[in-house]
Amino acid sequence: MSYAIRVEGLGKQYRLGGSQQAYTTLGERLGAAVTWPVRLLRGQLRDRAETVWALRDVTFDVKQGQVLGVVGRNGAGKSTLLKILSRVTDPTTGFAEINGRVGSLLEVGTGFHPELSGRENIYLNGAVLGMQRREIAKKFDEIVEFAGVDKFIDTAVKHYSSGMYLRLAFSVAAHLEPEILVVDEVLAVGDAEFQRKCLGKMSDVAAAGRTVLFVSHNMSAILRLTEECIVMERGQLAFRAPTREAVDYYMSSSFQKSGERSWAADEVPADAAPFAPVALRVKDPNGDVVETAQSRQPLEIEFEYTLAQPIQGLRVGVYLQSMRGEVILTSFDTDDPAAFEKYGTREAGRYVSRAVLPANFLNEGQYLLGVNASAFRVRRYFWDERALAFTVDAMGAPGMHWPEPRQGFVRPLLDWTIDRVGAA
Amino acid sequence: MSSALTKSTKVLIRPQRGVVGLNFRELWNFRELVAFLTWRDILVRYKQTLLGGGWAILQPLLQMLLLNLLFGEVAGLPTGGVPRPLFTFAALLPWNLFSNAVSDASRSLVANRNMITKVYFPRIIVPLANVLSGVLDFAVAFLILVGMMVYYQFAPAAVWLLPMYVLITLLTALGVGLWLAALNVHYRDVKYIIPFLTQFWMLASPIAYEASSIFERLPQQWQWLYALNPLVGVVEGFRQALLGIPVYSQDMLWVSLASASVMLVSGLMYFRSMERTFADVV
Repeated sequence: MSYAIRVEGLGKQYRLGGSQQAYTTLGERLGAAVTWPVRLLRGQLRDRAETVWALRDVTFDVKQGQVLGVVGRNGAGKSTLLKILSRVTDPTTGFAEINGRVGSLLEVGTGFHPELSGRENIYLNGAVLGMQRREIAKKFDEIVEFAGVDKFIDTAVKHYSSGMYLRLAFSVAAHLEPEILVVDEVLAVGDAEFQRKCLGKMSDVAAAGRTVLFVSHNMSAILRLTEECIVMERGQLAFRAPTREAVDYYMSSSFQKSGERSWAADEVPADAAPFAPVALRVKDPNGDVVETAQSRQPLEIEFEYTLAQPIQGLRVGVYLQSMRGEVILTSFDTDDPAAFEKYGTREAGRYVSRAVLPANFLNEGQYLLGVNASAFRVRRYFWDERALAFTVDAMGAPGMHWPEPRQGFVRPLLDWTIDRVGAA
Repeated sequence: MSSALTKSTKVLIRPQRGVVGLNFRELWNFRELVAFLTWRDILVRYKQTLLGGGWAILQPLLQMLLLNLLFGEVAGLPTGGVPRPLFTFAALLPWNLFSNAVSDASRSLVANRNMITKVYFPRIIVPLANVLSGVLDFAVAFLILVGMMVYYQFAPAAVWLLPMYVLITLLTALGVGLWLAALNVHYRDVKYIIPFLTQFWMLASPIAYEASSIFERLPQQWQWLYALNPLVGVVEGFRQALLGIPVYSQDMLWVSLASASVMLVSGLMYFRSMERTFADVV
């Protein structure tokens, strides 16, 4: 069996911008002054800036027709790996050998222009993705039908709803029929029905004997669609195994269960600035950090962070998820209109955003907390969908007098009334 | 499968260093993308404007009127015996082609950031499409000039030379555009330099005046300095081909051509050497 992808010693080093240069001698200073124009032209003024390895010494191969899952936390190097494989960016070390056309779903809708109609964008986007005109023309009807936008095909896409836009964009990419398909988290978007369609399309691609590289945080999708996975950790390949084993490894290794997750400076991506996360904690009503919370008690979630500069419209929030990655709730610290008004601009400084989950809320089980710091429709400063895992103990929770596992993520004490409304 | 990319199915991805040549075969494989992006740039150029394509007519006409007012009525500069509207308009044709192409191309990489960070294709396609899309506006302006020549009953002198001068204009614009586009990725200062640069460049080109008026003021051994501006040669060429105004000196045309070639080749080389960092920096 031949290889679709062979990667050897692949590494990618990024410069972190903005640090001042430290010249020690006059000679160096003069040398720097003399070579300044040259370095200016070569874009190397930040030569002495800090560097980080986003990817380091990664070696693996993917057989033709294999569906390989890639899992890892944010910043583990998954996206960098995909970017190198789809030739968007060059590696710093090592090489990758690719046999076949790579279709990337890194981000759908690439090259879409809001002023152009759906029809025009299909052709344009197809061309950007490497399709030829007759190939697009042949599949045009199929693309439109899959996206379900036939009525609006001659309307400028800026008038599309975000769902329609996304469906059309995905549909073009999905009909590219590459020999190697690279998928990164597209399934995180769109409604449930559309996600189901996407997963179906992906299994079609896999069933047709083509190679798929599937990156996702959605463990149930990973388990369903892949047979083998690689686990990325801090830019390196940590583990490769059959999917079930790899998912177990990832689950057990990558979550801190101390009730607190803190971020070291080198764990914060450079593009998060001026935002920097410090720690995420789960606390009991006494203010103690706990790994296991009691369902019958309120639970405090505390997110500490710093802002190096004021940020306008910042919202800091949490995702509460099941261990499989299903989101139970999303909440932001400026959800309340009053808070939203008050924190239009958040000044530089150190902050703690706190939220309290009420007592009798979560069912017993393991949960994941994710964090998100963003300015709506402007920029996502930082997010980590799987920052911290914690356990909820249902001792004393509603209904515990029946010692049986209960379905569902929440276990509220609802306001039941029992009325006798008549004789039998 | 019948795709542009399947023709060379095996791809080796490795770090690239040093000077890299232009991969013409790959560029040829991506020719449809060049066409599509050019077509997109043309389609969106006048979208959501009241006058639409009318701007392609109105802009050069207004420019001409303004220049004629300033340099003709006020300053009274000579035009080599040609009606002033023809004299100015024939120069505005290549100038606008050049200046629009340069300013569009230099913004192109940053404007298409979203494509560059997501998909692979030869990056040069983006500024190239921007340069090519200006040809339509040029064609519209050219038709206006034809109309004006009919009105003034002026027969063209050597119109077969025109395609060559248009090509030189485009290649010069591409060279300068590549420099600025690549620099703009790292240094957004370029955005602020462009308006100044085009203004300066316009005054340094014989748009509203005769090239000979500058050449004659320079000592013989320094005349080539003025001709280093490729637009000097191009505008002279346009006026010669269309209006029959003789060029000041054939040698100076060669200087302009040489300078244009240097701009193009150096632009290509610089762009290619910076290309691999675009996705990381833009």
